[in-house]
Amino acid sequence: MIEHTTRVARSAFAGHRVAAIILRHLYVMRTSWPRVLEMAYWPTVQMLVWGFASQFFAQNSSWVAQAGGVLIGAVLLWEVMFRSNLGFSLSFLEEMWARNLGQLYLTPLRPHEHILALTAMSLIRTIIGLTPPSLLAIALYGFNIYDLGLPLLAFFANLMLTGWCVGLFTSALVLRFGMGAESLAWVLIFGLSPLSGIYYPISILPHWLQTVAYALPPAHVFEGMRAVMFDGVFRWDLFTNALTLNALYFSAFTAFFLFMVHIARKKGLFLNMGE
Amino acid sequence: MTDQPAIHVSSLVKDYGEVRAVDGIGFSVAPGAVVGLLGGNGAGKTTTISMLLGLLLPTSGTVEVLGHDMTSGDRFAVLPRMNFASPYVNLPYRLTVFQNLKVYGLLYGIRDIGQRIRGLARDLDLEPFLDTPARKLSSGQKTRVTLAKALLNQPEVLLLDEPTASLDPDTGDFVRTYLQDYAKESGCAILLASHNMQEVKRLCSRIMIMKQGRIHAEGTPAELGRRFGRASLEEVFLDIARAPREVAS
Repeated sequence: MIEHTTRVARSAFAGHRVAAIILRHLYVMRTSWPRVLEMAYWPTVQMLVWGFASQFFAQNSSWVAQAGGVLIGAVLLWEVMFRSNLGFSLSFLEEMWARNLGQLYLTPLRPHEHILALTAMSLIRTIIGLTPPSLLAIALYGFNIYDLGLPLLAFFANLMLTGWCVGLFTSALVLRFGMGAESLAWVLIFGLSPLSGIYYPISILPHWLQTVAYALPPAHVFEGMRAVMFDGVFRWDLFTNALTLNALYFSAFTAFFLFMVHIARKKGLFLNMGE
Repeated sequence: MTDQPAIHVSSLVKDYGEVRAVDGIGFSVAPGAVVGLLGGNGAGKTTTISMLLGLLLPTSGTVEVLGHDMTSGDRFAVLPRMNFASPYVNLPYRLTVFQNLKVYGLLYGIRDIGQRIRGLARDLDLEPFLDTPARKLSSGQKTRVTLAKALLNQPEVLLLDEPTASLDPDTGDFVRTYLQDYAKESGCAILLASHNMQEVKRLCSRIMIMKQGRIHAEGTPAELGRRFGRASLEEVFLDIARAPREVAS
């Protein structure tokens, strides 16, 4: 008879299952240097462009001159959100490309463990992607984003959360509509950029659009960043606004993702993944 | 030994829009039994297996594995005790065979994963290509790796979808012998969907033949031969497959 070699796997959460998914993606990264290069390439290019633009604006704009590096800081923080979203979505898409999602969902892996593993991979990918440009910004422009100190952690956490929200949403769409929705994983987040006030204050937007912008967490984060850089003040109100909105959106999009898992089981989508 | 069936299906229906893929089937598989599921393309075999795996929700009916409802969250209690293999599903192709098995071993919470993988590699002759990426495997190698993945957790219920498709006769025979021994030694219940009549006849104590989502005939190979007045299982299969299609009412 069968000698049981498995652990009791009935718990609603098991770290080894989350670790399995993380390990699977780390194995892929280890064998594919283009994937690793891609993570750092675009943030570095963006930082270089905005670094030189910053130097020019600093000489020609009193606003930028007041806080050297505000544009570099903005672009690096925007990349946190973008990379967080992409890190989540690409890890999900890897399973689709490998036509492996059905196999995963017939193991004891639970959807919320899958989500947790994807957020962990997103964090890893974001750190790999943003460490080189942030260090290069110190070397080239003398701008050290780490000088922001603890507020940087607050901005980082909020922007990671927003990236995960978008990643959850696009992954759920890919789960439901297949690879035809793949391009959304790359481009959907750009729709947030005009409303995020990355490079300009939200007050520049038409009044009605400001209301929309403040319904999104990044607007609070980038206003908070400017408050630190221009006035040396950490705005707790903006931080808690962003965190509350992120908690709401993350809960809503997690529920949306889980609902799409249910729809996929109902429609047999796990059996026809990949195309 | 318990009286509880390893697999129990009752009045199972699956509709895809207007199309009824599975039409009110019911059957049980006892612990330790090897049962064959035969049927032409589109007969409903894969749909049935998918519902048994919990990957697909039925339109109506019940589907239980080891006493657990596969349509609800209750399935997570039994998923560690069952597994599935098919040559038609992929493993992450960039990962080596060892890496793939390690990832799945972790998902199933296997203790001493390395030892378990080495044991399976020895039994299924995977040792020469344990460090080969899955994308570089031949069909035969891939099938054996998929089988190793399915046996990692020493399942009490094993669902197999054409496990020896695309294998040469020697490798096919090797896999069949292994499955036969595994079922005998472990007491694992196996539901085997296949088009290979010889394979089904050799491995299965009972056979169900599906057509248009229904089970049209059921019994031992000898019983089916007698009932249809045919000498071989293949002839029985052809009789059922070529019978006039029923018109949906």
